[in-house]
Amino acid sequence: MNILGLSAFYHDSAASLVRDGIIVAAAQEERFTRKKHDAGFPRHAIDYCLREGGISESKGLDLVAFYEKPFLKCDRLLSTYMACAPLGLRSFLKAVPIWMKQKIWIKDIIRRELKFEGTLIFPEHHESHAASAFFPSPFEDAAIVTIDGVGEWTTTSIGRGEGNRVELLEDLRFPHSLGLLYSAFTYHLGFRVNSGEYKVMGLAPYGEPIYRDLILTELIDLKDDGSFRLNLRYFDFMAGLTMTNREFDRLVGGPPRKPEAALTQRHMDLARSIQAVTEEVMLRMARHAHALTGSRHLCLAGGVALNCVGNGRILREGPFEKIWIQPAAGDAGGALGAALLGWHHYQNQPRKISGEEDSQRGSLLGPAYDAAEFLRTAAIPHLELAESELMARVATLLEEGKVIGWFQGRMEFGPRALGNRSILGDARSPEMQATLNLKIKYRESFRPFAPSVLRERLEDCFELKEASPYMLLVAPVKESLRLSQTVIPSEVEGPRGATGDAPDFMTRLKTPRSTLPAITHVDYSARVQTVAAEDNPRFHQLLREFEKTTGCPVLVNTSFNVRGEPPVCTPEDAFRCFMRTEMDYLVLGNFLLDKTKQNSRSGGFPTAENKTAIWKSPLLGEEYRKLDRSPCALRRFGLTLGSALLLLGSLLFWRHHRGAALLFAFPGGFLLILAGVAPLLLKWIHGPWMILSLALGWVMSRILLTIAFFLIVTPIGLLQRLFGKRPLEIAFRTGANSYWQARTARPVPADYEKQF
Amino acid sequence: MNGRLSILREFWSFLRVRKKWWLAPIVVLLLTLGLLLIVTEGSALAPFIYSLF
Repeated sequence: MNILGLSAFYHDSAASLVRDGIIVAAAQEERFTRKKHDAGFPRHAIDYCLREGGISESKGLDLVAFYEKPFLKCDRLLSTYMACAPLGLRSFLKAVPIWMKQKIWIKDIIRRELKFEGTLIFPEHHESHAASAFFPSPFEDAAIVTIDGVGEWTTTSIGRGEGNRVELLEDLRFPHSLGLLYSAFTYHLGFRVNSGEYKVMGLAPYGEPIYRDLILTELIDLKDDGSFRLNLRYFDFMAGLTMTNREFDRLVGGPPRKPEAALTQRHMDLARSIQAVTEEVMLRMARHAHALTGSRHLCLAGGVALNCVGNGRILREGPFEKIWIQPAAGDAGGALGAALLGWHHYQNQPRKISGEEDSQRGSLLGPAYDAAEFLRTAAIPHLELAESELMARVATLLEEGKVIGWFQGRMEFGPRALGNRSILGDARSPEMQATLNLKIKYRESFRPFAPSVLRERLEDCFELKEASPYMLLVAPVKESLRLSQTVIPSEVEGPRGATGDAPDFMTRLKTPRSTLPAITHVDYSARVQTVAAEDNPRFHQLLREFEKTTGCPVLVNTSFNVRGEPPVCTPEDAFRCFMRTEMDYLVLGNFLLDKTKQNSRSGGFPTAENKTAIWKSPLLGEEYRKLDRSPCALRRFGLTLGSALLLLGSLLFWRHHRGAALLFAFPGGFLLILAGVAPLLLKWIHGPWMILSLALGWVMSRILLTIAFFLIVTPIGLLQRLFGKRPLEIAFRTGANSYWQARTARPVPADYEKQF
Repeated sequence: MNGRLSILREFWSFLRVRKKWWLAPIVVLLLTLGLLLIVTEGSALAPFIYSLF
């Protein structure tokens, strides 16, 4: 039985294919479209999954699972506007048109896009996350914690996984969200919400947690069991277009930082403080989940589960013996969870566990490519080497301080590079972090890099015993490898905007802290990936070769992309990225490409920007691009508009307005003739007319929605409040011990078919 | 069109089952407006239809 899982229309659209309970393929749409966090319908990812599964068309699918329930999400959106009205018009006008035109019709869109007549199911957002965390894990039973911004209503859930069942036991609901709290600080610190959260985590060790107590007393009411409520006086995300408001700025002593502006000590302290609070909440939640389920194992998913510092603390300080985190913990992973729910819950099929191994298959679930044809057709200078020779050569190049693009096998599913779409460097080099950040990735200099380490040498380098194959745990660098702090000069200058940074920021950044300076953060921590031969034999072999050459079992491993772009997918993407950066060598399978031997910087390939720069308008560009301009469509346009104008002309003629009638009838006739004789010429009329049409549609819908907001949403919202009905639970309950809400209903198969 | 009508029916069922009657006016308006926008999007007749409002 083939089950296709989908996530789409919010961020990180993705598709996955599960066959008889086995994960066959999974990929994010952004990798194919080259549009970071692409939220569109995952057409390319679906095509890939079907191809990987040997399914020629969607008739080969038995079930399609969408990762959330659209009606409940719409309910939450409208309830929020009613709770805030008459505030919130701008947000209403921004969000609601997308719902009217797209999100509410998701079921129809899926059917039409896939030409699929079979069964569609809609598990809940957090149930999909929970399934993505538990079903691929190696555990027979586990506690499950899912934490993100928001799904339908749930923002956090605690559940239990056992055999082939996942059950959500308790949850916290919107607007009380740890993900949104972290995003509020991400926004205030001048980073992009939903993608800059890593930067906050990376910045945190430079600061002191001096705002921790302020956050805990003013911004959230945190209970002992990890449940909490946000003080909405300080946040703007419910009714506004920003995350925080002026009250928040007053509380934390300054306005939001402008993107690219200097980072001050205050920013670092804020980052450290919110990170400390997040870790505290995560730890308390983990303890509560343990108390609730009694399990020795924990599974994590949801965007906040990508906070690997928090994950590391749960492993070290929490009550669980083992934890497993879904590598695609964000919304992309929901596609996988939904498909697995289709198999285990909807079809009630058993779950098989194979010993200690998880069934995520190293998260190498994306497409593989043969680079030979690409290199030949594009006439790119390269060297083909036998595997052993390649490994020895690359290890030597790495030892010489070269930066290598490493492209092998199937692409990773999830945000982390795990050794198949990676940029590699020597972790022992004191300059490597700055070189990679400034000359290769073009990103902020403070951002740390992660190490990949041979599984068998893990404990020689890090204070960590458990494997971390998906780079989702942060652990301290081994005490014996740490250095006493001495400042060494570096020729690598700070990034633009760094001149006004905190006075000792660059000094602290450039101070080597261990014999592996490129991967040791200022607090001696590292985000570790362990590489075992059975997970990724080729990458393991390279690490072994590097260890043989240098004695060091560690390499710097960062995702193969530059700032603002998704990681590469194809050999063409890899080559383009290679040529645009100061990377020294590129390895595509067994082919070695030397930068100095390449003909030109561009390699004759269009950049990603060129590929998409067709016609950009912030308001109507997308709709305009989607218009059908085929000869058939142009003929239909001419016939429709010509007939309408002729009809209008006839009506005016009938009502004795002969002059005006001719004004309509002549163009109408002309359009009809063109439609019949030369439809392609109609493109000159079609373009301007459709721009007028789209602009009118945009204006009219906003006018009608504004009227609806003040005449329908606001009165209903005010009446609800007048009669004491609260669509959202907002107030603090200081006397209560907990904010967890019990979930009583267990979904039966028929519930999955509903969009609510 | 049948697919969209079935979604309208399902939404009605949602309002009924979950007793969300206070959502009905805004949902009816938004769904109608949404259908209108979808039907007219890409159509040469859209400017004529919008002028009716």
